[in-house]
Amino acid sequence: MEHIISITVENKFGSLSRVAGLFSGRGFNIESLSVAPTLDPSMSQMTIVTSGDDRIIEQIVKQLNKLIDVIKVVDLNESDFVSRETALIKVHTRPEDRAEALRIADIFRANVIDSTPATYTIEVTGDPHKIEAIINLLQPLGIKELTRTGRVAVARESIRSASLQAKKVARE
Amino acid sequence: MKLTGAEILIECLKREGVKTVFALPGGVVLKIFDMLHQQKDIEVVLTRHEQGAGHMAEGYAKATGKAGVCLVTSGPGMTNVITALADAYMDSVPMVCFTGQVPTSLIGNDAFQEADNIGLSRPCTKYNFLVKNVADLATTIKEAFYIATTGRPGPVLVDIPKDVSMDKAEFTYPSSVSIRSYNPVYEGNKWQIKQAAEAMTKAKKPILYVGGGVIFSGASQELLELAELTHMPVDMTLMGLGAFPGEHPQSLGMLGMHGTYCANMAMHYSDLVVAIGARFDDRVTGKVSEFCPHAKVIHIDIDPTSIRKNVNVDIPIVGDCKTVLRELLQILRATVNGDQRELRKPWWNQLREWQQANPLAYQQAADGPTKPQYVIKRLYELTKDLDPIVSTDVGQHQMWAAQYFKLAKPNRWLTSGGLGTMGFGFPAAMGAQAAFPGRLVLCIAGDGSIQMNMQEMATAVVHKLPVKIIVLNNRFHGMVRQWQDLFYEGRYASSDLEATPDFVKLAEAYGAVGLRASKPSEIDDVLKEAIAVNKPVIVDVPTYRYENVYPMIPAGGCNHEMLLEDPPALKSKQAGSGQVTPKDSDTILTA
Repeated sequence: MEHIISITVENKFGSLSRVAGLFSGRGFNIESLSVAPTLDPSMSQMTIVTSGDDRIIEQIVKQLNKLIDVIKVVDLNESDFVSRETALIKVHTRPEDRAEALRIADIFRANVIDSTPATYTIEVTGDPHKIEAIINLLQPLGIKELTRTGRVAVARESIRSASLQAKKVARE
Repeated sequence: MKLTGAEILIECLKREGVKTVFALPGGVVLKIFDMLHQQKDIEVVLTRHEQGAGHMAEGYAKATGKAGVCLVTSGPGMTNVITALADAYMDSVPMVCFTGQVPTSLIGNDAFQEADNIGLSRPCTKYNFLVKNVADLATTIKEAFYIATTGRPGPVLVDIPKDVSMDKAEFTYPSSVSIRSYNPVYEGNKWQIKQAAEAMTKAKKPILYVGGGVIFSGASQELLELAELTHMPVDMTLMGLGAFPGEHPQSLGMLGMHGTYCANMAMHYSDLVVAIGARFDDRVTGKVSEFCPHAKVIHIDIDPTSIRKNVNVDIPIVGDCKTVLRELLQILRATVNGDQRELRKPWWNQLREWQQANPLAYQQAADGPTKPQYVIKRLYELTKDLDPIVSTDVGQHQMWAAQYFKLAKPNRWLTSGGLGTMGFGFPAAMGAQAAFPGRLVLCIAGDGSIQMNMQEMATAVVHKLPVKIIVLNNRFHGMVRQWQDLFYEGRYASSDLEATPDFVKLAEAYGAVGLRASKPSEIDDVLKEAIAVNKPVIVDVPTYRYENVYPMIPAGGCNHEMLLEDPPALKSKQAGSGQVTPKDSDTILTA
């Protein structure tokens, strides 16, 4: 089963290779990986999409926690979460296809971020199904280049804790 | 006062209580060696190969319980020490390895003797550091020792570029370390411990399955009390030998692929397995799906990843063995009474039956070829009162040593378990001898594996490390030959060594002492002579070439299905091999 694992690591050289090396060395699977600094620049946030049965996921989480540079590991599948991915799609547009390309972008609330007489570059954000869907629709026009970010995800705040937080902020 | 990086390194080592560094110099670490040369507190043992330096640090660590230290140069120096790092990582040996690196300005330029030390060592160290600024050196070294010796111990590598060893910085040694992302858990969960205590009081057929973790946490005393209080039998892993006295009536010996019949049967039929500082390695579990089918499993280990990695666990307790056992004992002292002894009587009757049915056995004819087991048994009996430290290489001789050399105390057994590194034994023994100059240190080796780090004999002679090497010489890679006989229809692909050196002359060539025991009747005298010599010794013992290690659980087999002797087809083949096989009638000894 697919799991999204959120990892907070020390923002040091080599942290990424320690995490990636753990996955390759122990034969765990990485479907996608994204990494960027957090609000605190001494830490980085990684989101890894992986898959495996419960035993493998338990090992992945434990092995990640064992890495000295890893500060926190959360298996987002243990609660509710939201996840997004961005894709940049450069699509061929013959004159008769340009309107169709724009229509498809519109349906998916995607933006055209670059345009030449023969191409559009379309930026789309959403869950993987949405990205797959727009790719499928654009494919007949001819996709020249495609790049995807890999998923980022965050746990959903529960309603109760969110309202408590709101009250606290209001009081302050 | 400002010190150079090299001086800072030495000051740090002194403050960590390091007395011995196993080392081999090279271009980028010359400054460090130059400073080591000008002081007297730390002895430098110059090895002949970096792998030897690494294993010596391991032997030192296993015998003392403190971190072993080695120092090597960049490039080939570092790549040569990788085997020792991987070995230490598998067997949780605390060790700090300092490597030289090309100057920071040249890193990444494919400079002379440059290697990516951090990249190369990442998968075989607990952690590694590249020190880019001399101002960070002292803190880094403090952290390296802290990480190596706390939690589940392991090797840590500190990579020091040449310019960092020469640059100057203000020296202050931090008194403590705090790493926000590294906080090993020592205290076990109280509720889980209570559950475990309850299960241990109620079980009818319990077994303690103890590993190297007990030795590293110094929990042998607690283990002894626990076993005696609860009247539970004790199985030891290869790494756990010495954690519990081998001659204790409750010890069933080693378990696993070449464990005793009783130890393995006890695991298979028990109703409660209490794993302490052991990791359910495949050489112990055999076929995982049929491992301990009737048992509830309690697992005490400081490393959470060890728990439920290979087998399911009913009561996991993450914590230090000593701390957790103390807690357990506190509960059990109040709850355990005579009932347990009564409750477990049938279990003990069963265990004694198994022990009597299939004890460890071999046959030694008075005038026949020497049996390797006989040599180890005699060695054990002749030295046990001297409280020796015993190291082994890897292979058949290692398994026989594990079976027949019954260690009474922890930190006396140096062997390569997880990685199975041939060539480990001799340098590891030297490391232990360097830590304890007055003690008797034995290295039980095979003629195959001793040749893998033979060059260290020069180091042993120069540094007066009087290790006694006993070579069980069958002119085979014996364990490989055993598997070929059992599973590859006796085709000896690259296992027959054909030509082995004359070990007596070889020892003499190095300035050590060489002795040979050519027949069983000479064993005692030759061993006694070796023990009496205050120099490194090689005792060459030509043995029966086709002896196999039993019991044996074939890889992937089930724990209660052991081979106990050569299959009939193999016996008849060996009878015709030209080697004299002993007949039952002239047996002079069985174990």
